[in-house]
Amino acid sequence: MRDRSLIYLGLLIFLAVVTFPFTYNLAAGSGEMPDLEYPDNETQCVESKEFMRSSHMQLLVDWRESLVRENVRTHKTSDGRTYDISLTNTCLAACHTRKGDFCDRCHDYSGVENPYCWDCHIDPEQTERSAR
Amino acid sequence: MAAFYSLILVLLLSIAGYFGGSAAGTFFGIIIPYAAIAVFLIGLTARVLQWAKIPVPFRITTTCGQQKSLPWIKYSRLDNPGSGLGTVFRMALEILLFRSLFRNTKAEIKDGPRLVFSERKFLWLAALAFHWTFLFILLRHLRFFLEPVPGFVLLAQTLDGFFQIGTPVLYMTDLVILAALAYLLIRRFSDSQVRYISLFADYFALFLLLGLVLSGIALRYFIKTDISGIKELALGLATFSPALPAGLSPIFFMHIFLLSILVAFFPFSKLMHMGGVFLSPTRNLANNNRMKRHINPWNHPVKVHTYEEWEDEFRDKIRAAGLPLDKA
Repeated sequence: MRDRSLIYLGLLIFLAVVTFPFTYNLAAGSGEMPDLEYPDNETQCVESKEFMRSSHMQLLVDWRESLVRENVRTHKTSDGRTYDISLTNTCLAACHTRKGDFCDRCHDYSGVENPYCWDCHIDPEQTERSAR
Repeated sequence: MAAFYSLILVLLLSIAGYFGGSAAGTFFGIIIPYAAIAVFLIGLTARVLQWAKIPVPFRITTTCGQQKSLPWIKYSRLDNPGSGLGTVFRMALEILLFRSLFRNTKAEIKDGPRLVFSERKFLWLAALAFHWTFLFILLRHLRFFLEPVPGFVLLAQTLDGFFQIGTPVLYMTDLVILAALAYLLIRRFSDSQVRYISLFADYFALFLLLGLVLSGIALRYFIKTDISGIKELALGLATFSPALPAGLSPIFFMHIFLLSILVAFFPFSKLMHMGGVFLSPTRNLANNNRMKRHINPWNHPVKVHTYEEWEDEFRDKIRAAGLPLDKA
């Protein structure tokens, strides 16, 4: 009957929509986790790699709050190392000089679009480029 | 008791997901999600095909307004559609805006005694809020399943976190869906008539969704986990080359286990109203019963004896008796 073919059509459309992730990835090729550019001068980050992977944003927010509201300018890690609290100077200038090869790779991969860190903080690489 | 048992069941499932993830990650992270999606696709297809076989020979629309008749009588195009186009609009309003829930009323006996009907829009509002935010949340989650992440997913994220509250940015949908689910649950508890007709499956779906939402909120805002690891797992599932990254939070396994249960439960539950709403014969047919003759296609051929034939048979006798004839 006429209506039955409509139902089949609707069902096919629905199945196509639901299986969209499967077909999309087949078309786009499997996206493997990107390699990150780790700094040469350091072997250790502020906290462990696992912690930084899951909670670096929390650390940065805590830093911001302790610096701006409590005027605490140094961070002491659990094993006694100290760091200046500064995203631009400590994280970006000293180690992760190329934001595009470190921060952005993982953010793009996970669909974390432009965290508002970059509304204020400067990508050192970019300033170098514009100074030249 | 139904509410209590379903809560216990959801709690048990959550615990199973929480501890099962670290004990048997491959099972909870890969095998169960695949099984769930297979059950969902096959079950849903089978159910819809089964529905498609059911004949609907007559137009049994619920009419909610003046029928189309004479040209000078104004008729209700949406509530009593006479054409296919009107029906499409009616269905669109029903599916996108839940128009029939908007007509929800509550009957109460006031002093007198007199029966009073009052409007009840909150069910409509909560249902609308729940369904639309759920769609938004599904869209947002596509960022884990698609690589590169398409623009519409990023746009959905940006819109959802428009107010930029906190880090990670608070999603409005997370608050709205919690409020809507809470209302839908409290409604079942507080109204004695609704409580009377609420079954185990009604509460189970609500508690399952609440567990899913709460575990998702916990993962985003409170107990953080490695997002890129989750993306690796999700992409692996979507490309049929699943691999389980190390160090995923047990809450994540709880989240994905509850989701798998929901998805597998879907075809066997009232959640199938997702497909069913399209196939409601009281809504999806044009009310043209008086304009068009609908003949039941499997009618048994009935032997009839028409007046003409009868007159032919007894013509002489009728004429002899002096009775009038249609055909002289």
